[in-house]
Amino acid sequence: MIPPSFDYAAPTTVDEAVSTLRDAGEDAKVIAGGQSLLPLLRMRFAAPSTLVDLGGVAELRGVREDGDAIVIGAMVTHADVLRDPLVNAHLPLLAQATSTVADRQVRHRGTFAGSLAHADPAGDLPAVALVLGASMEIAGPGGRRVVPASEFFVDYLESVVAPDEVLVAVRVPKQGAWQGRYEKFNRVAQGWALVGVAALVKRENGTVTAARVGLTNMGSTPLRATAAEEALAGAGDAEAIGAAAARAAEGTRPSDDMLASADYRRHLAGVLTKRAVASLV
Amino acid sequence: MTITEVGSARRRKEDARLITGRTTWTENVTLPGMLHLAILRSPMAHARITSIDVSPALETKGVVAAFSGRDVADVQGALPCAWPVTADMVHPDRPPIAVDEVKFMGEAVAVVAARSRAAALDAIAAIEVDYEPLPAVLDMEAAIADGADLVHADKGTNKGYTWVFDSAEAGTGGDAAAALDGAEVVIKRRYVQQRLIPAFMEPRSVVVDPTGDAYSIWSATQIPHILRFLISVVTGTPEHKVRVIAPDVGGGFGGKLQVTPEELIAFVAAKRLGRPVKYTESRSESLVSAHHGRDVIQDLELAARRDGTVTGLRVKLLANMGAYMGLVGPGVPILGAFMYNAIYKFPAYRFECSGIFTNTTITDAYRGAGRPEATYAIERLMDELAAELGLDPMDVRRRNWIKAEEFPFTTVCGLQYDSGDYDKATDRAMELLGYDELRAEQQRRREAQDPVQLGIGISTYTEMCGLAPSRVLGSLRYGAGGWETASVRMLPTGKVEVVTGTSPHGQGHETAWSQIVADQLGVAFDDVEVLHGDTRTSYKGLDTYGSRSLAVGGIALYNACQKVLDKAKPIAAHMLECDPADLEFTGGQFRVRGNPDGGKSMADCALAVFAAHDLPDGIEPTLDADAVYDPVNFSFPHGTHLCATEVDTETGRVTIRKYVAVDDIGKVINPLIVEGQVHGGIAQGVAQALFEEAVYDADGNLMTGTLVDYTLPTAADLPSFVTDRTESPAPDHPLGTKGVGEAGTIASTPAVVNAIVDALRPMGVNDIAMPCTPERVWRAVQGGAA
Repeated sequence: MIPPSFDYAAPTTVDEAVSTLRDAGEDAKVIAGGQSLLPLLRMRFAAPSTLVDLGGVAELRGVREDGDAIVIGAMVTHADVLRDPLVNAHLPLLAQATSTVADRQVRHRGTFAGSLAHADPAGDLPAVALVLGASMEIAGPGGRRVVPASEFFVDYLESVVAPDEVLVAVRVPKQGAWQGRYEKFNRVAQGWALVGVAALVKRENGTVTAARVGLTNMGSTPLRATAAEEALAGAGDAEAIGAAAARAAEGTRPSDDMLASADYRRHLAGVLTKRAVASLV
Repeated sequence: MTITEVGSARRRKEDARLITGRTTWTENVTLPGMLHLAILRSPMAHARITSIDVSPALETKGVVAAFSGRDVADVQGALPCAWPVTADMVHPDRPPIAVDEVKFMGEAVAVVAARSRAAALDAIAAIEVDYEPLPAVLDMEAAIADGADLVHADKGTNKGYTWVFDSAEAGTGGDAAAALDGAEVVIKRRYVQQRLIPAFMEPRSVVVDPTGDAYSIWSATQIPHILRFLISVVTGTPEHKVRVIAPDVGGGFGGKLQVTPEELIAFVAAKRLGRPVKYTESRSESLVSAHHGRDVIQDLELAARRDGTVTGLRVKLLANMGAYMGLVGPGVPILGAFMYNAIYKFPAYRFECSGIFTNTTITDAYRGAGRPEATYAIERLMDELAAELGLDPMDVRRRNWIKAEEFPFTTVCGLQYDSGDYDKATDRAMELLGYDELRAEQQRRREAQDPVQLGIGISTYTEMCGLAPSRVLGSLRYGAGGWETASVRMLPTGKVEVVTGTSPHGQGHETAWSQIVADQLGVAFDDVEVLHGDTRTSYKGLDTYGSRSLAVGGIALYNACQKVLDKAKPIAAHMLECDPADLEFTGGQFRVRGNPDGGKSMADCALAVFAAHDLPDGIEPTLDADAVYDPVNFSFPHGTHLCATEVDTETGRVTIRKYVAVDDIGKVINPLIVEGQVHGGIAQGVAQALFEEAVYDADGNLMTGTLVDYTLPTAADLPSFVTDRTESPAPDHPLGTKGVGEAGTIASTPAVVNAIVDALRPMGVNDIAMPCTPERVWRAVQGGAA
């Protein structure tokens, strides 16, 4: 299909992008890689008055090292992430999870920051950003602010980024001693995750000393499986890991839809957590 | 004749343009003054249209016209059904644009014509329609219960027809009821063939150009010839004033074997407006409004002796027609009726099918059309029988199947199977799979209570190709014949134009036909051009579906080539100053028998005919020839497909570890094309087993309206297939070929499901509804283990 007509702006600086958004009002939308927005436009589910294309903003490109963190610009694509030496050296979980996103064509256009700003709980990377303790740098008419991932996702398809704001960069702490694994379960290779689990563990002599577990598609936002995380600390064998992982869905309210029932999603969260953690110890 | 081309794995000559897209698809036909259509579709499954106002659409910039069903009620005609399977079949008129009532979600309710597609799409949103909801009829069994709500109130019933075949009544076998009554074992099962969406790659598209009193129609269709005939009949336009062109067409799988509302809407709009119009559907429109496939409930009773010998089968079907009868939709289950006995020689059979109306998109032909459903049923039942009796499922099949020396074999349905060797194909498949080793591994995993269990699925299938002998079609009340045509034109420089009545939409006819002609006429492969799909050049034909193009059209082509040779021979003899009887045609040359020198090629003859200066007295100066061939029988390919699946009992995930297909499709023209058909066919059959289902909610809304929800698998979801062939030539075909377009789809679905059930049978599982999604498999494991 063909999208409804809209105005198109191509700013070259973040300030210009923000002022364009402010002037265009609530119906303006930011477009980066377009992999979420374009299908909505083509199916006429969204009809923004103005599209503000970030493609020409030089500041938003590139990955850099900043002390204990890696900073990923808003226009860095999934394909860029996958081949970036800093990401591969310091954020192997992000690289591995990104390799499961959609297909090669989508990864070539879609951006890491865009998938966070879109805030689809079925997206793979929000849960990964959550367990990695990422923080988001957001520019708006009043200047810049930094929001931790734990406060960034508000609801289904809703983040804290206001209509006149732009997500500029994502700052992701280096994994350091944390080892990570993303387990994705989908119906077909190109499909959204029915459930995904992003696990980070620290271990000593085969025992898990600390764990972080992020859940994809187990609620209206990405979630931390806090009960499982606590139970995993100190787990020393497969049985203990299994028992702890089985608590992954505690406190979650996954959707019950045509692709999977809520019960099945809860069950999968446990199995995937067990497998993700077991692969790391 | 010297064979050098047939049998060689030529790369397809049409692929460069098809793959790059640098060719004519209907969507890129652009004509001066052309208008673009957009169609407003019903958001409801069943409702009365209480008011409709298209005038707001006219206010959109660029809009030229807008009309509703009421506006064109007197001129839009009704969509045809070519297969009234019984004399009393209920066939409600189907208007291209709904007039007073919508009967399925996605039905057209209004049309806008505008100078751009974008303007047309903007404008349909402005049309105001008020609907008064009516009860949606969705469940087939509820639809035929007393007091059911009706899809067509004026018809008084939701049952469109009941069609019966009984081998005792037909005199082709015994009485199935008696066989069941006296049976040592009865296997009674209900299987559901879920609704599928063909999901061809190129969406449907149509352009209609009215010039004077004539109409040129481009359409992404499988059936340009049938479309021309029916457009003429339905619209009252003289046939010679209708030209239909199917340019390059991107897939169909039966989904473009239809005369569509959109084609008639475009025709009506072009006629009304006196300007060319184009309509191209979006993917979402395609999924909801192009016809669907399958959607059959099968109640099955198999009678057998305790040694595994099958003694009879009774089949009772409910087939969901959707809201109306499609072009051949009512006949689809009937095509399957003759295949439930499959490769087995049991003596008694009864088949009964009722076609049911519901408030859903119509169903119609989809790759295999009736035969996959039948094959699924019998191949699942053979596994269930083996399990019931504690026998090996392959041994049970072997006990019942027709032996190689028994061909030709007349079945309990009265069909004469032409040739085959089921033992040979099966032995090869088992060897390729490593059947015994996998059975041993399966045992180890069972004993170890491995969370990943292994299953082996068998499908020993046959099918009927080469649709079809016209007399048989007539006896089944089908509205047309089953012949096919070919023309061969010799150009003066020795190049060849072939016109075929088949209508390829991805099959590679240009390549295969060129290979045949190259051998028959001794010309180079590249010197043959194959023309198709335009009723002005190919004025006669019955198009492409039912694995018929090579099996029927290939014979017409062969016969036309023989006529060309017959015409050339006296001319060559004249040039060589000898008696035609002394000539042989070998290595592309007419030569005097025993004299390898100084021959005359087809090119020499073609030039001689062109000049016509010195031809034998009284001879017609042409080598061109036409042939029409009406098949004497169907052809019956067969094969053995084996599938080994790993079933993750913790998640329910099914992974195909190895898939072996040994097909016997007779002689092969191009092994590369055959491989492609087998691979694609298996993918589509696996998709039914594991991935795809069109789902309606309780109100009749199609829930799988995008490819996010209609989970079409891609190569990433499928294993590499191991393929091989055995070869039982078709005795009725001069080239020995049978047909391969549907084999993979027919064979693979039961192979996969049998493998899953085989893996889980120790847990008490004996069936899983298709598609066998991870959740369904997981639930079966939970239920079975409880």
